[in-house]
Amino acid sequence: MRGCFLLLTPLVISMAEEEFTDINGNSISLDCQTHSDFCREFTVTSPKLSLRKVMVYTCFVWLFAYAVFFFTENTAVLSSAIILTLAGMMIHIHFVKVDHETLLIIGSLGVQLSSSYASGRESTIFIEMNKLKDIVINEAVYMHSIIYYLCILIKDPADPETVTSVVPLFQSSNPRLNCLVQVYRSCQEILAQSR
Amino acid sequence: MVLKIFFPQCCNTADSGLLVGRWIPGHNSAVVLAVIHYPFIPGQVKKYLSELQSQTQVDLTVLGSWSMPKEGQEGMDSFLKDLSTIFPQECWLQLSREIGKRGFTCQVVQNNGRLLQEQKNGDDKIVLIHYDQRKVMLSQLHPVQDVGQKSDVEASELGLVFQTVAQSQPLFLLDKYDDGPLKLSHWQSEGREASIIAELLKQASVPVCIFLTWLLSLWHWLCSFRILHLRPVLFISSKLSTCVQSGYRAVHFKTVFSPKKAATHMEFMRKANIFVSFLVDIALGLLLISWLYRENRISKLADTLVPVADVSMTHITSHLWKSLESRVAKELQELLEWLMGAPAGLKMNRALDQVLGRFFLYHIHLWISYIHLMSPFIERILWYVGLSGCLGLTFALSILSDIVALLTFHIYCFYVYGARLYCLKIYGLSSLWRLFRGKKWNVLRQRVDSCSYDLDQLFIGTLLFTILLFLLPTTALYYLVFTLLRLVMVLFQGVIHLSVDFINSLPLFAIGLRICRPYRLAEGVKFKVLCQEPGTPLHLMMEINPLKCSSVLQCYRTPTYSCYPKDSWAALCKKLFVGELIYPWKQKTAKTD
Repeated sequence: MRGCFLLLTPLVISMAEEEFTDINGNSISLDCQTHSDFCREFTVTSPKLSLRKVMVYTCFVWLFAYAVFFFTENTAVLSSAIILTLAGMMIHIHFVKVDHETLLIIGSLGVQLSSSYASGRESTIFIEMNKLKDIVINEAVYMHSIIYYLCILIKDPADPETVTSVVPLFQSSNPRLNCLVQVYRSCQEILAQSR
Repeated sequence: MVLKIFFPQCCNTADSGLLVGRWIPGHNSAVVLAVIHYPFIPGQVKKYLSELQSQTQVDLTVLGSWSMPKEGQEGMDSFLKDLSTIFPQECWLQLSREIGKRGFTCQVVQNNGRLLQEQKNGDDKIVLIHYDQRKVMLSQLHPVQDVGQKSDVEASELGLVFQTVAQSQPLFLLDKYDDGPLKLSHWQSEGREASIIAELLKQASVPVCIFLTWLLSLWHWLCSFRILHLRPVLFISSKLSTCVQSGYRAVHFKTVFSPKKAATHMEFMRKANIFVSFLVDIALGLLLISWLYRENRISKLADTLVPVADVSMTHITSHLWKSLESRVAKELQELLEWLMGAPAGLKMNRALDQVLGRFFLYHIHLWISYIHLMSPFIERILWYVGLSGCLGLTFALSILSDIVALLTFHIYCFYVYGARLYCLKIYGLSSLWRLFRGKKWNVLRQRVDSCSYDLDQLFIGTLLFTILLFLLPTTALYYLVFTLLRLVMVLFQGVIHLSVDFINSLPLFAIGLRICRPYRLAEGVKFKVLCQEPGTPLHLMMEINPLKCSSVLQCYRTPTYSCYPKDSWAALCKKLFVGELIYPWKQKTAKTD
């Protein structure tokens, strides 16, 4: 028998789930789990794919295809419309639509960012602690609005004073400042321990 | 500071014993590599470890003790505590696991006998990271760094962990089923994999490599003949893409079949990529031959071009050749007749038109007679040339490109004539235009200066200017037509070269490895938090995050002699306008990224 561990997390020490909004006004939820003193996980969940939107787009495309078919009497138009809709939907849920984004911070090991898409695909990046300079909230001017975003400052271990790059977090869910402040405070507690 | 212990998954159910591994300097972490079971003699353990240390250059030590008590082994705990006196360490780890519970408990004893922290205390500062030993051993972290390049403190912790496991391969040769003094548990204990075919291939590969290297040295000796190093031969061979491709393949051959084993990961990947691309190339070439030489295909091709369809192969190739050549020549003749008439409604200067048209027609006549002279030999040559496809698809494509270049040599000549004529005309016109305005080009100062001309100079200059100006449309039209034809040929050759380059440089082995064994090429790691019971330290599961496909292509692309456009679009247009000869594809010789 191999030692297999369950991957569920019902026995963690504490968890909290709250409702927030993102910068466009859609409601998102933040889930904080504290696995240990120096290990915390934050999950921001975006709103799911709306069925009404999908139906509207599909009907629009198919009505258009029918109209073209009415004038040209070519059935290739209809089949290509069907194939296009299916392919577009598959590409959208596999590459575009993000279901939830996770930030896992483990003191003196590193930070892991993970995006999980609607089709179940997960893309993960792990940043080691010696490359991480700080986690800050930055302001950005975007079109007519000013938005806040949480980002990680990366440094080269050979040259600890220079910031070599900036990795923004929660790019698809874009939570507002109140949510970001909560995440920021938690992360800073853990980073302070490991300094 | 948090103490990180990397524990292999295969040792989760191992019997009690000693933990063997390495302390990672500068990062407060330890990598457990194996468990040595009871009974053992401490002297033999120390001897074995020092032997391995000299063999692997990894400083292996006894890290602590592992206890998984079974029935009737209750007295183990005190025995394990006493072991720390036999193997003196700064930090002694005591990991233990009970049957039925999922989490481990861990105690760390420091040198002076005090415990680092109490187990019952809430704030554990220990992380246990589980890793799959076999996968980590075989995997390579990217970006690949040379061994010993950075100091350990600056090197990344994960890089050091991967390096430690990979370098400790000799440790995994003995395991608990062997009849030795020591019984170890590690990934090999789960069952050793071996394949007779792989072993036989490994044994056979060395003599095969030596034989092929000898063949290659023979080829090099042939190529080093003095006669082949004369200037004209060198010049022609640098222009023919077949010779370039064969030289390139010879270099590859040498790399792949050298009897020396690949020292680093990158060398190994390069050898493997070249070998696989070689095999695929030859397979595609054989496929092409079998497609070309089937009777019905060639006859169908001949049917569309020749009214009479013959059955036998030699007749078909000769008909194909004659019809193709005469067709190209006929098309050119029709084009010239059209130009000599009133092309697109433009009115040409009759005299100049006739001169140029007749000049080019005579050239075509010479070319056709030359082809008819060669035609009895051509069919044989073509048949044998077609067989060269068995050397690879890239060869067949290079030969096709060369054949097209030779067939359209007359188009190239016409382009050069037309371009030179046009270029002279443009220079003459610009110089006489300056005279018309009373200016002159100062060669010393490289600029345009004013100048006072005599009356007769002005008179003749203006006359010549007018003549050249009114003859410009005719020359320009000929130039335009032949330049367009030349550009079509250049484009076609460029496409062939691009596809040859693509086949040469695609790292098929790396792509196959990424698809079938994604853990071999690692971009990083992923952590998952495992469920824990209260009172046990944090358990994480470390998995390998495979490299993205685009990074695989970028990292493992074989460098080639690819052709890139030499000029930007603006420079190209300027050259075309002025009439300079254009050679758009520049060849790089073995550029490394």
